[in-house]
Amino acid sequence: MNAPDTQTQNLASYNFAYLDEQTKRMIRRAILKGIAIPGYQVPFASREMPMPYGWGTGGVQVTAAIIGRDDVLKVIDQGADDTTNAVSIRAFFAKTAGVATTTSTPDASIIQTRHRIPETPLHAGQVLVYQVPIPEPLRFLEPRETETRKMHALEEYGLMHVKLYEDIARNGRIATTYAYPVKVEGRYVMDPSPTPKFDNPKMHQSEALQLFGAGREKRIYAIPPHTDVVSLDFEDHPFEIQHFDQPCALCGGEQVYLDEVVLDDHGGRMFVCSDTHHCESRRADGHRGALLGDEPGQDKEAMA
Amino acid sequence: MTMAPHSSTVYEGGFSDPVGASQAVFRALMNAIARPGSIHAVPHVTTPPAPLMASASALIATLADADTPVWLDPALTKTAAVRDWIVFHTGAPVTDQRSEASFALVAAPQNLSALNGFALGSQEFPDRSTSVILQVSTLTGGTRLTLEGPGIKGQSSLAPDPMPQHFAAQWMANRAVFPRGIDLILAAPGSVAAMPRSTRLIRSEA
Amino acid sequence: MYVAVKGGEAAIANAHRLLAARRRGDAQVPGLTLEQIAGQLSLAVDRVMGEGSLYDPELAALAIKQARGDLIEAVFLLRAYRTTLPRFGHSEPIDTGEMIVERRISAIYKDLPGGQLLGPTFDYTHRLLDPALAGDAPLEAPETGVDTGEKVTRVSDILGDEGLIEDDPVTDSKRPVADITRTPMEFPMQRDARLQTLARGDEGFLLALAYSTQRGYARSHPFAGEIRIGEVDVEVMIPELGFAVVIGRVKLTECQMVNQFQGSAKTPPQFTRGYGLVFGQAERKAMAMSLCDRALRAAELGEDITAPAQDEEFVLSHCDNVQSTGFVEHLKLPHYVDFQAELDLVRRMRAEHFASAAKADDETDVAKEAAE
Repeated sequence: MNAPDTQTQNLASYNFAYLDEQTKRMIRRAILKGIAIPGYQVPFASREMPMPYGWGTGGVQVTAAIIGRDDVLKVIDQGADDTTNAVSIRAFFAKTAGVATTTSTPDASIIQTRHRIPETPLHAGQVLVYQVPIPEPLRFLEPRETETRKMHALEEYGLMHVKLYEDIARNGRIATTYAYPVKVEGRYVMDPSPTPKFDNPKMHQSEALQLFGAGREKRIYAIPPHTDVVSLDFEDHPFEIQHFDQPCALCGGEQVYLDEVVLDDHGGRMFVCSDTHHCESRRADGHRGALLGDEPGQDKEAMA
Repeated sequence: MTMAPHSSTVYEGGFSDPVGASQAVFRALMNAIARPGSIHAVPHVTTPPAPLMASASALIATLADADTPVWLDPALTKTAAVRDWIVFHTGAPVTDQRSEASFALVAAPQNLSALNGFALGSQEFPDRSTSVILQVSTLTGGTRLTLEGPGIKGQSSLAPDPMPQHFAAQWMANRAVFPRGIDLILAAPGSVAAMPRSTRLIRSEA
Repeated sequence: MYVAVKGGEAAIANAHRLLAARRRGDAQVPGLTLEQIAGQLSLAVDRVMGEGSLYDPELAALAIKQARGDLIEAVFLLRAYRTTLPRFGHSEPIDTGEMIVERRISAIYKDLPGGQLLGPTFDYTHRLLDPALAGDAPLEAPETGVDTGEKVTRVSDILGDEGLIEDDPVTDSKRPVADITRTPMEFPMQRDARLQTLARGDEGFLLALAYSTQRGYARSHPFAGEIRIGEVDVEVMIPELGFAVVIGRVKLTECQMVNQFQGSAKTPPQFTRGYGLVFGQAERKAMAMSLCDRALRAAELGEDITAPAQDEEFVLSHCDNVQSTGFVEHLKLPHYVDFQAELDLVRRMRAEHFASAAKADDETDVAKEAAE
């Protein structure tokens, strides 16, 4: 065995939760400002992280700034604990912070997510950390930061309503299905991150604190618990969420968000819960969907 | 170069576990700001020179550094000890300009004249504002304040003492410039509560 | 019966083992040493140091090795390491006028104090593949000059003495120098922050923009006033001592572009500047940077902003290759939740489309029958 040389030793010594304390302080200050001004995007000096920009660096920095030794962390991507990037981020914190991890939504004190809000209602004391690619809800209407900043300052959101209305004129409905803009506490229009609009109502008056981190774009924002979060709409075209025609094929769950799984090349497909923990715990409780195997309560996936 | 003589307290009483202590204090504060009116325990992790309170010093040691000027009220600048302790343990520059301060530490809230002398941020960057830490002796024994707003289910209340003169009117003025404004952090012995700028004060029938 | 795909953790671990094996290549062939990379692929090392914003040839060589020669990946490795380093202080401004030059050329004077010094350049080589380099034949030692002690005056200073070129744009010296690694971007951006951003910007991106200015998208009539490559001292002020001490030397490439300017009511006609300064030997990057810097000074000089290279938000928000590669490549991450939402919408809209088309058909048929 080769003794590790000094350089590897140096490179291997990172702080608790990776970030140095000065960086954490800077991020913490931004988080506090974000909570105090719900929906306002606080600029912060985002750092390069050991994973690429666009792969959750904002969420990772927020989590790293708030996490403590007693926290229990859950990480999901597309609602699932076992997607590769969720696995990678969970392993990162298990390694750099030595914290306990879980796939159980109620057991987690911090949940970092990309693209979904868990189906199980969150409880007080939990923090939901969103990974955000483009935090500016007006960005695709106006690419210039100098302009969008002015619009937020003046509470001038006409452009957004025009865009949504053009959707209606062209398609007979609002054609935005995810990253559907919301208004927070009657003031800031905010991007909920690319969650399907199905999840928007869960943000409203949530028991949990919701923090949003955009690493590449260097913005942090927040929604405190018990805060009004309203999806933009029109009187004659009220906001509505997606509805699925069938229950989850594995757990029989309804009123949940489903993923379409292609089963074969003859058009066979099925719909299953995107929230893997929700699906598994329902099956553990004896709920059974149409395509679940024979042995009740047996977790088939463990064998794959 | 000779060092100015100091009492040893200036160099002592900082975090012994900077990583764990600052995280614990931060989480208490984050929860306090996320749920205005709720009271959270602050672990005893710092021992500052009087009249700086342990909880207030833990908060400033958690939040401040070379990038954040700190303003101290006259009660804290009577002796050099508090200023020197903060400079030594946080590296933060101490400013006498309220409008430049990222943080303000106030040991005698009853003597604080106006909240609007602090940085309120701009309409474009409302985050560029002062967070004001008031040292209070109690969060439950003073005049009752009824609060509403983000983070509060229905209503919540606090009864801090001492508080700035005409606080209700001052707070309404602060709320009126939202999203600009200051955020208020109330540091009591062993605990912290907060009133971010989004919090509305409800005139309660006393 | 359906069995879900799991085992992401094992798949990731296996993929990374395969990566390590591919990186090593044929085990019969000796592995590359960092000395070999730093010594023989030194321009790659320089590029990685420049865009990685960390002057450390050994670590840059390690990053290149670890990245299998993917320079943007190597830049990313170095940046992610750099950001964790404690910050002890900042250096005094370096003085490129005191540079120990290895190369120094000017395209605007035939000869000048300090002379034209070609140095180790590809210029005037014939780009013919050299089979001899496939081996390791002994090399004729290069001729090296003797330091004459003659000061290599900066061309911009020669022009400046006559008032023919604008003074260096003055920045408020009381304002602390910007640090783009510690403060988020804000527009409009001051020149110090802009130059920092360009200095770590992607060479290819800046090169393309610089090229566009030469083809009429914000033409600036540039002349390569001077390009110099060499080493400069890095000094740090020690408050206890009251003076600055040299803590080391870095190799730099500096480019001063001299550009035409008509003058205005306030200023007589004079040349204007575009500036490039990059770690290591990185001439193409320094030249591209100086053309971009000049183009981005349009607002300051009262020029019309008509071209991409003049658009501050566009150029500076997109020149960082660590950011752009991350976001482009994040499209590899699963997006099936959002795609599902779109699928659902497209299916519904198609169904409505065909339903209304069928209805229209029926109505036309009915109308036809009625007409017959």
